[in-house]
Amino acid sequence: MAHEPISAPPISTQPAGEQSRDGLPLDPTLPVASLTGAQSLIRSLEAVGVEVVFGIPGGAILPAYDPLMDSPHVRHILVRHEQGAGHAAEGYAVATGKVGVCMATSGPGATNLVTPIADANMDSVPMVAITGQVAAAAIGTDAFQEADIAGITIPITKHNYLVTDPAEIPRVIAEAFHLAATGRPGPVLVDVAKSALQARTSFEWPTSVDLPGYRPVVRPHGKQVKEAARLIAAAKRPVLYVGGGVVKADAAPELRALADLTGIPAVTTLMARGALPDSHPSNLGMPGMHGTVAAVAALQKSDLLITLGARFDDRVTGELSSFAPGAKVIHADIDPAEIGKNRAVDVPIVGDAKLVLAELATAVVAEFEANGRADIGAWTAQTDAWRSTYPLGYTAPDDGTLSPQHVIERIGAIAGPEAVYVSGVGQHQMWSAQFVKYENPRTWLNSGGLGTMGYAVPAAMGAKVGRPDTVVWAIDGDGCFQMTNQELATCTLNGIPVKVAVINNSSLGMVRQWQTLFYSERYSNTDLHSGDHSTHSAPVPDFVKLADAYGCVGLRCERPEDVDATIEKAMAINDVPVVIDFRVHRDAMVWPMVAAGVSNDQIQYARGLSPEWDREADSDGVSSDDPAAQKVIS
Amino acid sequence: MSRHTLSVLVENRPGVLMRITSLFARRNFNIHSLTVGPTERSEISRMTIVVDVESQPLEQVTKQLNKLINVLKIVELEDDASVQRELLLVKVRADASVRGEVVDTVALFRAHVVDVSPDAVTVEATGSPGKLAALLRVLEPFGIRELVQSGSVALARGGRAISDRALRSA
Repeated sequence: MAHEPISAPPISTQPAGEQSRDGLPLDPTLPVASLTGAQSLIRSLEAVGVEVVFGIPGGAILPAYDPLMDSPHVRHILVRHEQGAGHAAEGYAVATGKVGVCMATSGPGATNLVTPIADANMDSVPMVAITGQVAAAAIGTDAFQEADIAGITIPITKHNYLVTDPAEIPRVIAEAFHLAATGRPGPVLVDVAKSALQARTSFEWPTSVDLPGYRPVVRPHGKQVKEAARLIAAAKRPVLYVGGGVVKADAAPELRALADLTGIPAVTTLMARGALPDSHPSNLGMPGMHGTVAAVAALQKSDLLITLGARFDDRVTGELSSFAPGAKVIHADIDPAEIGKNRAVDVPIVGDAKLVLAELATAVVAEFEANGRADIGAWTAQTDAWRSTYPLGYTAPDDGTLSPQHVIERIGAIAGPEAVYVSGVGQHQMWSAQFVKYENPRTWLNSGGLGTMGYAVPAAMGAKVGRPDTVVWAIDGDGCFQMTNQELATCTLNGIPVKVAVINNSSLGMVRQWQTLFYSERYSNTDLHSGDHSTHSAPVPDFVKLADAYGCVGLRCERPEDVDATIEKAMAINDVPVVIDFRVHRDAMVWPMVAAGVSNDQIQYARGLSPEWDREADSDGVSSDDPAAQKVIS
Repeated sequence: MSRHTLSVLVENRPGVLMRITSLFARRNFNIHSLTVGPTERSEISRMTIVVDVESQPLEQVTKQLNKLINVLKIVELEDDASVQRELLLVKVRADASVRGEVVDTVALFRAHVVDVSPDAVTVEATGSPGKLAALLRVLEPFGIRELVQSGSVALARGGRAISDRALRSA
């Protein structure tokens, strides 16, 4: 039986015997002979160290909100939609490394959490969702606001619980937080029947959790690490393929040490931006569908992928069969099921990235000293050349309108690498991953796996709550912004002064880009009429008025010469949220691009333009105006 | 396609079967048969899952199953190193004129007649899937009115138990 110690609660310093307003001991870890299930739930949250809960009350969860009102430890932030609560919990979790908590009532409250739960599951975000359920006796009767949320979320949670016995509440909460935070982090849902919240019970905080079927391997196998070091020493074209697991494991210092030690070029995936500073000489930037030419090419031409907390996602590999065809693979991941899932592996390492990287560095030093090392000078010269020949870039529109890339680049430059950047999903997300220069982990939050439009505003809110002294920018699209912007009310009323840059191209930009490239410029249902280009009498909505209505400062920027001043004005406002409506050029596209399902060898850094290193292959290729059909395999 | 038999120890909790079947559905794994029942320990249930593996390697199936918190242990049982049995109940048309013939056939397969009526007998048989298929082929000419068949249950041969450390986990 595994008895995992639960991390010591940070708030057990109160003298024993002191009582809070509800007559219970102030120290939440002390036993209580008689209390309600609802009180037991709130005490459990206190005992596990929860600082903040994002949620909305409703019928079934109502009993829990009464003791919550008296909690001296837990702050509840009332959101405007349960999806906002879920994404706020995610933003809080990613920005702080702690477990994010959201709460909702049964039925529609719970089902509105489904999207953020799925999002957290895809991006391995530690989150606990607490939902009310109808009374135990009513379960299964199609009662008012009944939904089988435990059943619904089985495929999208790390684990979940339905609690009908109030005596189980402390154990279940302890287990839920342990599961969410350890191993491969993820969302855990705890559904509590209203009858269990109302019943009387006793409270005893468990001293350990007993989960015999859950034993994540964190310490890597020494033999595998040694074998990895041997491959690294022998490799002529190695690449560090760095994924979000490195950020989750807080392993950025260890990664940097290995990169410094070996000089091996690194690529940082969408989930790993900031894991290695962009200014680091080894960093080639982001790989994948919209990655840099250098990062994509380095993976393709590599003879050894040192994969760290990454999962060979289709947006990174492109056509899997032609991905990195000449590379052996070292794959280190906390989740054994990721290893070998998409790509066959030569050296599997199951373990926590922080420990893996530290032990790998030691093993690599020993291997270099004992058996020498292959020269990678020609390779790093090659990757450096790709980086300098094919930098990220864009062409400013010639009509004097705003270039979205320029706006995002300037936000990154002015707010700097200590700020936190949160994006939605689409073109603005890719530009934010490309043109903001990240120097620190946990400064880039986005919905990578699920691709949830509407993530930015609530996640930025959660990040700002978790790190109130940090500047938090939501860089959002006009489409995304309209999905969750009601949380601006939450931000205004709760003193959460986030800054929102709406990159407003008046359309669903990424979909429009695909329509431009692959659907003969037939723009079916992508025009939002929310900015310039609107054929409506006036843009709908007016984002400045909308910001004003929510008690935020609303700004608008339409000319390139006003960009810096507008951003600086927003930076100077720290008491209320700021929303900037950046009216940007609509035809800007995200480059480089590898079209969906084709080989990464067919990367184009601009429309119809493929890197020079492939040109000589054109003789045996197909020449076509259709970028997806162009064959430029070397 | 290849067929594998997995013996899975799980915590005896509500919803565990749903977690497993949901995982198979979501990951596009194929269940050929699944049986579940109690074990020598009341808090633990044992499932025998026969999986048909096509594109996904078996390793991916067992790794994903192992991620379920309620799954305690998974062992693959090889055909030649395990005993696998299914249960068959089959109702065969048999009036007085052919009843003796049916009963003789049943005896050959070491099966039993468990119910008799004027025009039919119900036969109970256990065995490997191959043996039960052979029995059904022989009974077919008499006329099969209905049948029900369980999934496989299986144990490894030899003295060791699945909960022994020495058995290699899949």
